[in-house]
Amino acid sequence: MITLTHFMLISAVLFCIGLYMVISKSNAIQVLIGIELILNAAILNLVAFGRYDKLNNNGQTFAIFAIVLAAATTAVALAIILNVYRRYKTIEPDSVNQLKD
Amino acid sequence: MNLTVLLFYVMAFITIGSALYVAYSKHLVRSIFMFFITLFGLAGLYVFAMADFVAITQIVIYVGGILVLILFAFMLSGRETLDRLKDTNAKFIGLKNWPSLLLAVLFFVVLVNVILKGMAGGLQWVTDAAFINNIVKPTDTTTGNLGVNLMTRYLLPFEAISILLMMVLVGAAHLSRKEGTE
Repeated sequence: MITLTHFMLISAVLFCIGLYMVISKSNAIQVLIGIELILNAAILNLVAFGRYDKLNNNGQTFAIFAIVLAAATTAVALAIILNVYRRYKTIEPDSVNQLKD
Repeated sequence: MNLTVLLFYVMAFITIGSALYVAYSKHLVRSIFMFFITLFGLAGLYVFAMADFVAITQIVIYVGGILVLILFAFMLSGRETLDRLKDTNAKFIGLKNWPSLLLAVLFFVVLVNVILKGMAGGLQWVTDAAFINNIVKPTDTTTGNLGVNLMTRYLLPFEAISILLMMVLVGAAHLSRKEGTE
């Protein structure tokens, strides 16, 4: 029997891996992948609880919205990363230390 | 242990193992392609949660869209990022990674405690849903109901997210334009 606790444990593991990547990686693309892992952990929880709502499909609908939000986040983040690379010639988050031109 | 549970554990193992490799690997291309595997494993887990439409959406949007975008950004941001990554390959887990590892592990302990003590299967509304048979069975098809709900009950979030998508489209096109062409 697959219970809700199984899904929540997997989601907790994914969340912590994403947290580790966001903090420790020295490359903006890997930080972005960490954020995607965190978002996927949240979506897994939404989908797992959405099983218990057959009439309204609450969980599944908002899981789809969260997937769309993740796509939007990635598009804007990658545009920003390309701009940062064009200006600093690196995408290391530590070396981006100026707000002005 | 029947076949479904076995397949669930295999899928969970693939997902978590590839996610761990994504976090461990210093090589950016390898970590991107292992992220591919993680997303496929997650889509399989969604199927086990009886959400087949969300699983297909996950494959189409994440694997077809986001991963290609990430690969594009990696290729456009030059080779020297790869070379710098190879320099730090010598250390197993560098000294600067210990605080983040500690933070992630402690957070994981807290989360597991909360999950195990929370007993999500015994929540009031979950047992109510199981009682009045409001639970998705493996033989049900949820896609039609999902579409009807998306156009009636969740119309306001749908419109909000469509406006947000338009703003993202304009913003991303504005951010990634070439400068100094005027």
